[in-house]
Amino acid sequence: MSGLDINAITKTFGNFIAVDNVRLNVPHGTFVCLLGPSGCGKTTLLRMIAGLEEPTSGAIVLDGEDITPLPTHKRNLGMVFQSLALFPHLSVGDNIAYALRIRGASKDEQKKRVDELLTLIHLPGFADRPVAKLSGGQRQRVAIARALALSPKLFLLDEPLSALDAKLREAMQVELRQLQQRLGITTIVVTHDQREAMTMADLVVVMGNGRILQAAPPIEIYRKPADAFVADFIGITNLLPAEVDSAGRTTILGTAIPGLAMPAGVTKASVSIRPEDVHLGEPGSRAITGQVTFVRDLGGTIETFVEVGGTSIIAVATPRERPNVSVGAKVGVTLPPESCVVLGS
Amino acid sequence: MRREVPKSFADYTPLLFPGLMLVVFFVVPFSTMIAVSFFKRNPAGFYTPDFVVDNYARFLTTFFAGVLGFSLMLAVLVAVCCVCIAFPFTYLLTKRSRRVQTLWLVGLLSVLSLSEVIIGFAWSTLFSQTAGITNLFVALGLMDKPVALLPTFGAVLAGMVYQALPYTILVLYPALVRLDPTLLEAARTLGASPVKAFFNVVTPALRNTIVATLIMVFVFALGSYLLPQILGRPRHWTLSVLITDQAIYQSNMPFGAAMAVFLVLISLALVGLMLLVGRKENAL
Repeated sequence: MSGLDINAITKTFGNFIAVDNVRLNVPHGTFVCLLGPSGCGKTTLLRMIAGLEEPTSGAIVLDGEDITPLPTHKRNLGMVFQSLALFPHLSVGDNIAYALRIRGASKDEQKKRVDELLTLIHLPGFADRPVAKLSGGQRQRVAIARALALSPKLFLLDEPLSALDAKLREAMQVELRQLQQRLGITTIVVTHDQREAMTMADLVVVMGNGRILQAAPPIEIYRKPADAFVADFIGITNLLPAEVDSAGRTTILGTAIPGLAMPAGVTKASVSIRPEDVHLGEPGSRAITGQVTFVRDLGGTIETFVEVGGTSIIAVATPRERPNVSVGAKVGVTLPPESCVVLGS
Repeated sequence: MRREVPKSFADYTPLLFPGLMLVVFFVVPFSTMIAVSFFKRNPAGFYTPDFVVDNYARFLTTFFAGVLGFSLMLAVLVAVCCVCIAFPFTYLLTKRSRRVQTLWLVGLLSVLSLSEVIIGFAWSTLFSQTAGITNLFVALGLMDKPVALLPTFGAVLAGMVYQALPYTILVLYPALVRLDPTLLEAARTLGASPVKAFFNVVTPALRNTIVATLIMVFVFALGSYLLPQILGRPRHWTLSVLITDQAIYQSNMPFGAAMAVFLVLISLALVGLMLLVGRKENAL
């Protein structure tokens, strides 16, 4: 079977379980983002795929071959480290050609591949520069080119963009995604930045406490989060308590939401609704009535904070559909049932 | 950092104390030595102020050239042995836990408290026929009968490497601790085996440190004058031994001083050459 199969991988350090029975299938050519807060085991998982850590149990299978017992240097992968780890004593060209040199490629072959890669990363003619003379973004690209020198089967990146400033980071995200699509290489990126994951990934894997909480395409993760942790970690969300009343209707904060159904047998649950799905209008019987506590006008978006019986609800609108509200006013909050996601406990 | 050219005399005052120390403990004794090296020896007493080059002329014989060559060779060999042993050792040490590292470093520091005399006699016992290490080999069945391993060149080398090794490790340790471990991991993901990665990533990345350490151990070994006498034959004696002999036992201060000046000049030239070669290679 083509692609990467992570088969019930567990890693423990003493009593601490860093990665807990993780299963994941990554089809060939997929861009995967491992996303989670620090200490959730995402880097450990990546290092096990790279062979830099040995799994306590489980197997890693690449294109049908069990690579778990293979040492790192026989796995045919490219990796970009958080520190980039460019060799300080080598020039840009020699850094990129390192893997070819190890394999005894001829000088001409090395030069040809280096030129190819430098063109690919938009740094033609940089081969003879010392790495110390490069800017942050340039070093980043050289590290990527070096990892791709042998056209590896797997491309692994550990928080690759964390050292760059915000603007450059956004540009590199787009560039990295375009590069991956052009090469069609299976790519796994570790990040704690959900925006980065949303920008680049085909498949976002949200991890917490060493387990996979949800693995799905970015828009599905955003629209249909599996649990409260995922909903809260990806973007901003309203987590509201929902109950089934005696008449069998689903209510949120005491107001019935027609059309919102709870799973059979569940009477109490959390509901996630994104701020941009919350509509504000005149108070009325069909809407939840609340009081505006704060309005944050950011120019591009307007965030309105509404308090309903001690619970705060955030609504986001564009200037075009600016709600006619002011701090202290009573408003009616409408929650479209199709946008409400009932979360598993 | 802001850098300004010092303007008034007051701006130079922080240099006063170190400058004074340098003059009192380096410039004055060294100048005295240079001056004495041109004085005339008085066989009846000490020396008389003069300006003669006899002391240097006497030096230009095959005997002293041989001793000088041997001293330099020995110092180079000690430096190379020390770095070859200390570099992998220190590298592996930095991979251990904090506790293990501290224990080893404390142990190494305690070796520094031993004087050259104690080190010399300890090794001479260890290499002796009656109580030496060969008795252990005989007991283990590796040898037929115990032999004396000294006085030999190997014994001199072993003693000097033992003496210089703690310094070597202590100089290499900070650089190796600071080395980014992902450099090695990066090399491994690019297809280098751990041993290969060590030699073409860790070693070149620390080239300047290694060169500096080699120079330090070389200079250190050049000054050793007790161990060659305790563990070696007269033909293993270094220039430092002869300098001591001339200055103290033969009362020929001017000749001893001339040899010392010559040794300093030769070692400076060698160190300069090494730095020059290093810089040229760096520029490539």
